[in-house]
Amino acid sequence: MDSCPSPARRAGPPRTRTLTGVTDAVRVRDLRKTYQGSPAVDGVDLDIADGEVFALLGPNGAGKTTTVEILEGFRRRDSGEVSVLGEDPQRAGRRWRYGIGLVLQNASDMADMTVAETVRHFARFYPDPRPAEEVMDLVGLTGKAGRKVRTLSGGQRRRVDVAIGVVGRPRLLFLDEPTTGFDPEARRQFWSLITTLSEQDGTTILLTTHYLDEVEALANRVAVLAAGRIRAVGTPRDLGGRDTAEATVGWIEDGEHRSTRTHKPTVVVSELAGRIGDEIPGLVVTRPSLEDVYLDLIGSVR
Amino acid sequence: MTTLTLRDPSVWDLCTARAGVELRQFFRERTAMIFTFALPVVLLTLLGSIFDKQAAVPGIPSSQLLAAGMIAGGIGSTCFVNLATSIVSDREDGTLKRLRGVPMPPIAYFAGKVVLVLVTAVAEVVLVLAVGSAFFDLPLPRDPARWATFTWIFLLGVTGCALLGTAMSSVPRSVRGAAPIVNLPFLVLQFVSGIFIVPITNLPEPLQQIGALFPLKWMAQGFRSVFLPDAAAATEPAGAWEHGRIAMVLAAWCLGGLILCLTTFRWQGRKDG
Repeated sequence: MDSCPSPARRAGPPRTRTLTGVTDAVRVRDLRKTYQGSPAVDGVDLDIADGEVFALLGPNGAGKTTTVEILEGFRRRDSGEVSVLGEDPQRAGRRWRYGIGLVLQNASDMADMTVAETVRHFARFYPDPRPAEEVMDLVGLTGKAGRKVRTLSGGQRRRVDVAIGVVGRPRLLFLDEPTTGFDPEARRQFWSLITTLSEQDGTTILLTTHYLDEVEALANRVAVLAAGRIRAVGTPRDLGGRDTAEATVGWIEDGEHRSTRTHKPTVVVSELAGRIGDEIPGLVVTRPSLEDVYLDLIGSVR
Repeated sequence: MTTLTLRDPSVWDLCTARAGVELRQFFRERTAMIFTFALPVVLLTLLGSIFDKQAAVPGIPSSQLLAAGMIAGGIGSTCFVNLATSIVSDREDGTLKRLRGVPMPPIAYFAGKVVLVLVTAVAEVVLVLAVGSAFFDLPLPRDPARWATFTWIFLLGVTGCALLGTAMSSVPRSVRGAAPIVNLPFLVLQFVSGIFIVPITNLPEPLQQIGALFPLKWMAQGFRSVFLPDAAAATEPAGAWEHGRIAMVLAAWCLGGLILCLTTFRWQGRKDG
């Protein structure tokens, strides 16, 4: 995974970006869905460009799953416009699904089949599947090819789900809370798998998650969904204005920890340098973390 | 790059692919498989040991009636109980959601189930026939006309039970609930259909009439007509085999079952809407 430092996505063939909307993998306008009178999705707009890794972040009950399931064609919307790979998921036929890969949450199907049998089975649904060996290699299950799926660990089981999701060479891959229940090492491995897919093949990825570190590690852009509405959209670095928000400068002086909040941390640091000398003990400059911004965004609607 | 010559996978290929998965999963789950097949055989052995000595009509032991009826019970068990439970399980473990998310024509899923049901029903019938003829003097007919009768009753019975099993799969909310919810009505149905009590005329009249509303009683009657001498028709409520009525009732249940399936089948569980 680290062995393929591909210049891929950004340097790839020039793409018309979001501005034109023409090559958008996903385009949603004013999407609404109500369950028994209470709105689950309450006017969502989304644009996801071809080749992008896009994260949808939000607390439980925010409307993430409903939104994604509408995009996946599993659920009908009440109103709004939805276009996924240029078609309305509600009307799209079997061929539309050739371009879509799904990685389900909590699936435990195919338990008595081997990994290889499972991958080969799902390959048969597509006109131009990846070879099964290639897919197992990609998700790191080559050594487990002959094992029954029910004997795999949780993390390996999810790799089978990813294998099924990518075997048809999808243009758009949906990942629904892919690393819930993973140990830290398994999460890192999973992340590098996702990065590989994105960089090698330019697969567009829509990811839902609760984990902020996952968003920072993977996503080009992130949207925060709370109470059925998009509260903010941006890159993980600038979401909610965190790149320009007030910084906190901390240091140690006369054996005491001190700190100050400022819009001009560089000025503060050079003053400190002038006063204390070249090396300021215990110097830290922090901006609000993604978590701070996120909690602030979802807190404001509660 | 992809080229224009790529072809859609054929529906036939996908049907066979699904059938392969269904069969392999069924036969690999050993315990479930053994118990599914064993149930009618065990019932036949236990009940047969009670009825063995009694004669239904002169020269025809009750155990023959029982063995022939148990073929219907076996088909009900593989096609109705087993299919309903397996679809509930598919809904719960993500199989159905997964299959809806891949480019699969829905017919492929059902074709897989049809093959599963046919293979298991044939295996079950062979098993019951083997035990019936080895231990309970069930005569295996030589007349091809009787096997023709067997074939149409088998096919109509399997189709009706499988369609009802598919419709029934929408009732339980979970696999844990599925076994009791599917088994209890099936047990009662076997009882009122004269599968356990032979001849069926030993049952109280109202129970016989309830049984006559459902396909199982007619399947059992049909199989008795295949395997027993014609003199045994005297043990039927009507005193005759009534092939015409059997065909009508079973065909009506196939149609009704199909309508129920089309109107109630759900790809998703209730909790996921």
